Amino acid sequence: MDQPPALSRDLIGRESEEVLFEVERGAIRKFAEAVQEQTPECLRGEVAPPTFPTTFRMTIPGLTFDLARVLHGAQEYRYERPLRAGDRVRCRLRVADIYQRKGRLGEMTFLILALEGRDESGSAVFTGTTTAILR
Amino acid sequence: MIGPVLAARSEQELEGGSVLPDLRKTPITKLQLVKYAGASGDYNLIHTDDETARRVGLEGVIAHGMLSMAFLGEYLCWLAGPESIRRLSVRFVEMVRPGDTLTCRGRVKEQTVGNAGRQLLLEVWAENQRAERVTVGEAEVQIS
Repeated sequence: MDQPPALSRDLIGRESEEVLFEVERGAIRKFAEAVQEQTPECLRGEVAPPTFPTTFRMTIPGLTFDLARVLHGAQEYRYERPLRAGDRVRCRLRVADIYQRKGRLGEMTFLILALEGRDESGSAVFTGTTTAILR
Repeated sequence: MIGPVLAARSEQELEGGSVLPDLRKTPITKLQLVKYAGASGDYNLIHTDDETARRVGLEGVIAHGMLSMAFLGEYLCWLAGPESIRRLSVRFVEMVRPGDTLTCRGRVKEQTVGNAGRQLLLEVWAENQRAERVTVGEAEVQIS
């Protein structure tokens, strides 16, 4: 099987465009139902479940890989407050780091992505850190 | 607003080492993975298509790691209320498959009492029906 080329460390620092996401009541409810959430505010679509920022999908120019070969190693979110229906969040995704390490499955590439969400006045609402492992 | 569980506990009952109650989720189904793919926008086919999963060496589809993290997010909402959550950090250590039943568990690592209220550092994890920890992590909640 072909080994996918390791990601170039030149990609570190590269960013997505800033994307404006509107937190929709229906999207919150759909997410809450998929997760079988029992939190009343989430089921009513008023408050987004804590991991809702995962729905804010962005692409970074030049960053491509075979999705089926990616493992999600770790995830962190930090919150200033929960997201609510009607919020408009300006998001940006950045390559924070890329490095190689030997793991259980041999040589692996670790990709660290940093997500930032701000309200319309520019105040931080949440940040996210994704550790993706490319095998 | 504080969630019902921690709101009912005194400072003494939330000291380091205190065990938190469990939240047992319903068994994970393939339909749930399809729904979660749609709701989250994670269309990686290893979660919904057995053929793709086998092509990359898996026995069949595996659950999104983020689904187990979502369970832990719900756990924090139940414990502390959605307004109280300051951080949730997890590592995905074992695969989760359709048919697995996850239970969220936790304990208090540290309680800090200050002017801004009480801050709790929690150890949280999701384990499967064989008591194997599949997703492990840490959370911070602020109780004013």
